[in-house]
Amino acid sequence: MRPTAALTPLVALAVAATTLTACGGGSGSDPDTVKVSFKQSTDNSVKVMDTYLADITKQFEKAHPGKKVELVPIKAPDSEYYTKLQQMLRSPKTAPDLVYEDTFLINSDITSGYLKPLDPYLAKWPDWNRFIDTAKAAAQGEDGKTYGVPDGTDTRGLWFNKDIFEKAGLPADWQPRTWNDVLTAARTIKKKVPDVIPLNAYTGKPVGEAATMQTFEMLLYGTGDGRTDPLYDKTSKKWIAGGKGFEDALSFVETVYKEKLGPDVSDALDPNVMTRVRGEWLPQGKLAIALDGSWLPQDWLPGSGHEWPEWSKTLGLAAMPTQNGQAPGKVSMSGGWTWSIPAKAGNPDLAFEFVKTMQTKANAQKWYVANSGIAVREDVAEDPAYVDAQPGIKFFTDLVATTHYRPAYPAYPKVSTAIQEAMEGVTTGDTSVAEATSSYTDALKDATDNQVVER
Amino acid sequence: MTTTAPRPRLTKTPDAEHPVHGPRLPVRILPLTPAIVLLLLFLAGPIAYCVYIAFTDLQLTGQAQESFVGFDNFTRAFGDEAFLNAVWLTLVFTVLSSLIGQNTLGLALAALIQRASKPVRTLTGGIVVTAWVLPEVVAGFLLYAFFRREGTLNAILDWLHLPSQNWLFTLPILAVSFANVWRGTAFSMLVYSAALNEIPKEITEAAEVDGAGGRRRMWHITLPMIRRSIATNLMLNTLQTLSVFGLIWVMTRGGPGGRSQTLPLFMYEQAFQNSLIGYGTAVALLLLLVGSLFSLLYLRLLRTEV
Repeated sequence: MRPTAALTPLVALAVAATTLTACGGGSGSDPDTVKVSFKQSTDNSVKVMDTYLADITKQFEKAHPGKKVELVPIKAPDSEYYTKLQQMLRSPKTAPDLVYEDTFLINSDITSGYLKPLDPYLAKWPDWNRFIDTAKAAAQGEDGKTYGVPDGTDTRGLWFNKDIFEKAGLPADWQPRTWNDVLTAARTIKKKVPDVIPLNAYTGKPVGEAATMQTFEMLLYGTGDGRTDPLYDKTSKKWIAGGKGFEDALSFVETVYKEKLGPDVSDALDPNVMTRVRGEWLPQGKLAIALDGSWLPQDWLPGSGHEWPEWSKTLGLAAMPTQNGQAPGKVSMSGGWTWSIPAKAGNPDLAFEFVKTMQTKANAQKWYVANSGIAVREDVAEDPAYVDAQPGIKFFTDLVATTHYRPAYPAYPKVSTAIQEAMEGVTTGDTSVAEATSSYTDALKDATDNQVVER
Repeated sequence: MTTTAPRPRLTKTPDAEHPVHGPRLPVRILPLTPAIVLLLLFLAGPIAYCVYIAFTDLQLTGQAQESFVGFDNFTRAFGDEAFLNAVWLTLVFTVLSSLIGQNTLGLALAALIQRASKPVRTLTGGIVVTAWVLPEVVAGFLLYAFFRREGTLNAILDWLHLPSQNWLFTLPILAVSFANVWRGTAFSMLVYSAALNEIPKEITEAAEVDGAGGRRRMWHITLPMIRRSIATNLMLNTLQTLSVFGLIWVMTRGGPGGRSQTLPLFMYEQAFQNSLIGYGTAVALLLLLVGSLFSLLYLRLLRTEV
């Protein structure tokens, strides 16, 4: 045997070992710098978050001499933001000190051990008592500990264009009582104002969670008695197989696209459709009804790139009705984002100080108004300065009473993808409602290790 | 460690008169070690790790501890309709855009350019190579703009009074295949131009004198003589095409309804959107397998002599 042959792997191993151990030692973070990761808008003209954080940074650095804030923006669409973030959270080398987490995924990240329980900090923070209980629960793990401080919530409803409604002979104070009322209005618009899109309802995998939450769950949670969770059974801790309510919700989606009440299917399945709805279709009067979230006006604020201050004169708001108008009569879904500290953060204490700065009453209020968020602090919700800050805030804050939170357990993202696939099938007409429902049930069993009940 | 064994190959080096002594060998190998270490660290390491992950149920999130699951990921793939759909689409995409499109078109262009005047040659070459030099994402966006409903293709069809349609929606796999042909033909053209230039003029001239027409010369002289280049080009093209991701992602995201979801897109969806890193990696290994099957096929083609 050639001596070198034996030598090479040895040398390789030795070098590899030294390099790797060198990597492992020391966290590499500066104790005086707090690294803050957040989701930057993919639309360059939308700078709401950037502006807000720059302001907080200034306040924080002034109040904590010698400390610095390093903002680490992640510029990506929602689904890619989560991926990027989760990759960063895996290692102490890349984990920031503070992250912006969607309640959609927070339980998955808690289960993975990516986040730090905040209870010791919260116990010493008097402002925490000002947060409303439902919002506190939004960032709670199955272990009962809290892993994030919510910076607002959101609700959803129907936005409609009063000018188009007038042309179609529909009332300006429109409030549908059933799903059928919504479809009837859309059909009327299609007939009387043929050059506009009657109704937009997000669908399919390209828009991701928006399709699940803004469309499907807004429908699904309005079937049945409107109170019990139609997706997840809390008592048995099992997911619910596709049944009557699921089929009805899919049928609604099918009807919208089959009868061409929605945008052209190819536009509906374009990954950029959300930007078009907010930046193009609604402001240019090309869309009559949009089933969408409370945050839309943030795109129309001064300095946003497509200012549209008159939106409140043109657009009306209506609550999404339950299927047949059964109690409580309306439906909304809520989510929102929280500030969380990664388990592998180098400066957790300093990170929490930054959260405290963000969540003074004045700063929290500034943020809700800036991003059209719905207050989760009761002292802000009661403040007339908040309620009157923008048209629509009162409408969406009132929806909180009849809102639902998603069962955002670790399997949820996969369940959500399965829902999007079912929606996409009926939207393109590739599958029937019955076929899509049964493949959903199969996918659900697969995604949840068969933790599924029929109901 | 010492050795006195003479090393015949080394005696050909300039200092051949001096007998080679043992201690010099490790010294000779020393300059290579950084390269070897880097290879092990950055090539073999990740590959080995990938192979390991493919046998676990590792997730990106939603899991406290991963565990070893044996061949579960692979059996799951073969029972997964979406996976089989992706395999089928990958084959369609590869055959259409690489074997038929890039390869044949590249050869045709190279042959035509061979006889063209210098300015025509430069111009054609320039245009085709531009498509190749463009970053994948930019090319994807350009072709998205070309195929979309309000796009250039439909504008041309309208002008010709032909029925237009939304190509990305009705024929997504065809649209992305065309995009890949558009983008990758330059590579084949360059390979074939080089190969054609290598053919000695006398042989072609002799054939011409013997009365062989263009088509016969192509079949009996040109193709057999560039056979090796064909095999190499096919192999490189196929491997490149199998791994196309950005182009399809930008144009269709694998949609609508998974109708243009090739294996790399399916893998991305499983690993990063559904967080199933283990399963996604298993699919990646299967893709590697498809690639090596194609390579074996071409290598055989290379080996058989005329």
